[in-house]
Amino acid sequence: MADIALARAPETARQVRQARMLSVGARCALPVAVLLGIGFLAPMVAILAYSFATPRSFDVFRSFTLENFASIFDPTNTVWLSFAWSVGFALFTVAILAVIAYPIAYGLNAVFGRWAGFISVLFVFPLFVSENVRLYGWVLFFIKNGVLDGTLKWLGLPGGPEVLYTPGVTLFGMAYTYLPFMLFPMTLGLALVPRDLVDAARDLGAGRLFIWREIELPLAMPGILIGMLLTFVLAIGATAEAKILGGQSIIVISHDIEIAFTYSQNWPLGSALAVVVSVFIAALTLTALSKLDLDRMLGRR
Amino acid sequence: MATSPALARKRTNALIWVWTVFVLVAVYLPILCGALASFNKSRYFGFPIKVYATEWWQKTLDSIEIGMLVRNSIAIALLVTVISVVIATFGALAFARYDWKGRRLYQKLIILPIFFPQPVLGLALLLGFNAVGIQTSWLTAVFAHLVWIVPVVTLVIAIQVYGFDASLEEAAYDLGCTRTQVFREVTLPLLWPGIWSGMLFAFLLSWSNFPLSLYTAGADSTIPKWLYAKMVAGYTPMVPALGTMATLGAATLLLGGGLVMLLLRRRQPA
Repeated sequence: MADIALARAPETARQVRQARMLSVGARCALPVAVLLGIGFLAPMVAILAYSFATPRSFDVFRSFTLENFASIFDPTNTVWLSFAWSVGFALFTVAILAVIAYPIAYGLNAVFGRWAGFISVLFVFPLFVSENVRLYGWVLFFIKNGVLDGTLKWLGLPGGPEVLYTPGVTLFGMAYTYLPFMLFPMTLGLALVPRDLVDAARDLGAGRLFIWREIELPLAMPGILIGMLLTFVLAIGATAEAKILGGQSIIVISHDIEIAFTYSQNWPLGSALAVVVSVFIAALTLTALSKLDLDRMLGRR
Repeated sequence: MATSPALARKRTNALIWVWTVFVLVAVYLPILCGALASFNKSRYFGFPIKVYATEWWQKTLDSIEIGMLVRNSIAIALLVTVISVVIATFGALAFARYDWKGRRLYQKLIILPIFFPQPVLGLALLLGFNAVGIQTSWLTAVFAHLVWIVPVVTLVIAIQVYGFDASLEEAAYDLGCTRTQVFREVTLPLLWPGIWSGMLFAFLLSWSNFPLSLYTAGADSTIPKWLYAKMVAGYTPMVPALGTMATLGAATLLLGGGLVMLLLRRRQPA
């Protein structure tokens, strides 16, 4: 506000520029906005339109019915089971990854020193290997006569447990795939904790548990929450783990959507399912993001 | 116990190291298993491997079909890299540099596609292409990749933008530079490290993407798409061989890119 008071004076070049910057920002955002408008919002509208079309038809925009939604919420339909599996898996994935990633995120901030950069790269790299390839590697590891089974037999032991194609190994695969998505937001979050504050608390005689509960955890919470949200949302949409490792022993919700679109050629039903999932995800994401300050998270000074 | 907090901290740090190394081993274990399987002479995998051979690597390299997939994957990834880096550089400036009216909303909307399940996004795009009457091919896959990769690259570059000193731009203006000159001589050089890592992300994420390519590439196949088809039906050791080659390709690119980045950082005074 103080700037405006000063602006009463004849306009300097800088003030003109500052006024222009408003529109410069909007202009810079334009290409992204156009891309997402055509590539993200428009398909969402198409899906929404399809979800109100007659089941098993392609009469989009020409028919209007709520049958698709009615059949999803019909208790005799087992689709709620897929949804429950997906939500359950996602919750467990978040819980497991929070425990796995916290010590590593702490280490990246406070223990690894000059190795931190290299260790981060090692954790990022698997993102650039197709998840099919990585999950198939686990199949080769767990399969009968595979790496685990073969090694145990070679050592004269009875052989590995038969874990492949079970819900448990699906959960394992999800925790494996989404580790970086928990780890990096958490690391950013822990970086927000000022070291001086922790040192001060320690000098004043605070115990380690106390410091963790009262200082580290609350200050790192934005990052931890973003990590949890990201993992949860991605895990809700996961299909590859249940297909490749789980051997389709259970059907997750995204898989149901795919089945509706491909094998059963029921695009309206698939669209209705996709709408339900999207609304769930959008509501969750937007609520969480409205409570977070992205500028602070990403390091604006 | 309470006598020596320094010792206790040392022990905790050691445990953290052990845990991190353990998790890293688990992260790379399946990739190693794939590499092992690709050197197996017999068609079906069994461990310990009885006879090692490089014949499946040779067969993969000689295959005309695989040559086409690789060309498709490279073409898609290159196009995605070039387009996304241009759009995302401006997107990142809007995200982090300028204060403008719609900024808060823009920041949130740009994150949505990243959070959205990719198989569903792929299907939605397929539906959209279908509604408009566009035949799907590798070009539509490029567009689909962009929808997901541009937001990621925007965030990557935005982190660099946050760290940059806007008064340098101001100084250039005060010295009489035009806007194009400022952009070319000041903004762009300062943002280079971020743009470079954005390019690496764009290429590598497109290179490894499966769910979007599955639904939007039509009859054209990419490496991850072909691998999945063969995993489901028709395993040969060419599957892990091609998977390992793709991994090695990505690793080489990341290593080379990292070296260039080090050079860029060194040239730039902190």
